[in-house]
Amino acid sequence: MAAHRSFWLLGAVVLIVVIPLMMGGEFSGTDDQASQVIEKSQPGYQPWFTPLWRPPSSEIESLLFALQAALGAGVIGYVIGRRHGQTKDQDADRSPSDTRRTVK
Amino acid sequence: MHIMEGYLPAAHCAGWFAVSAPFVIAGAIRIRKIVAERPQARMTLAASGAFTFVLSALKMPSVTGSCSHPTGTGLGAVVFGPSVMAVLGVIVLLFQALLLAHGGLTTLGANTFSMAIVGPWVSYGLWRLGGKAGLPAAVSVFLAASLGDLATYMTTSVQLALAYPDPVSGYVGAALKFCGVFAITQIPLAIAEGLLTVVVIDALAGKTSGADKVGFLAGETR
Repeated sequence: MAAHRSFWLLGAVVLIVVIPLMMGGEFSGTDDQASQVIEKSQPGYQPWFTPLWRPPSSEIESLLFALQAALGAGVIGYVIGRRHGQTKDQDADRSPSDTRRTVK
Repeated sequence: MHIMEGYLPAAHCAGWFAVSAPFVIAGAIRIRKIVAERPQARMTLAASGAFTFVLSALKMPSVTGSCSHPTGTGLGAVVFGPSVMAVLGVIVLLFQALLLAHGGLTTLGANTFSMAIVGPWVSYGLWRLGGKAGLPAAVSVFLAASLGDLATYMTTSVQLALAYPDPVSGYVGAALKFCGVFAITQIPLAIAEGLLTVVVIDALAGKTSGADKVGFLAGETR
């Protein structure tokens, strides 16, 4: 049942992402927009501290974002796989003794 | 919800660090306790951290024509309680501040407060309320994760308003202005985050069914 539910929940997530794309727009980030609001309300505002290191290009930036997502997804996949393996092992351990019990 | 490096006055930075630090320390103590008492929960703990890691890297388009990202802190908050997420959230924020120039070290305290403290506490509160109200577990998880996400962005708006009150409309006007940037964009993403959290809890719990899922993931039931 859970698998069935996941199927349409994930479908809904895809729609939530795709519909805005079809509606169009600039798709700039809200974090940067907030910084722009500050600069507009305080003309000439200069951040008083700058990042120690910046990704040298947007390609490198997307590489690092992809790395972040990949690392996270890898760990989640590993945990899900391990859990499924464990439940299978438990089922396998249980079934021979169960049959023995029914034989008695 | 990342306040960019250098965009909060120094006094505010120090203040948010002071507010956030006790939560992070309490979270670290709680994680040690969980790992010692319920070793079978370690896997879920890792998955909770990984979930925020993934979701906060995904900048998704929204109906407003802007992009924003979910926070993914609801999962761990529902399973382990909110304090755990303070630590996992700081790790994510540090990664992004140091390697991606996204967020910042000076604004780390403020960003920790919104993403790793307020969001998870709202999620946890709603999860408990949902349980008391007799809502199905999946509905409670959905509400907890999505409204926790929104609460994080509301908090960011208030933090920015406190630093940059509007000359005419004051703090309230500024808060509404920053909410205008964040809130509407975030609503569809918060819904997506709520749905994804339900899917991941289902997947992690495998064959365990119903409300037991969360207890199983927390290592309380086997």
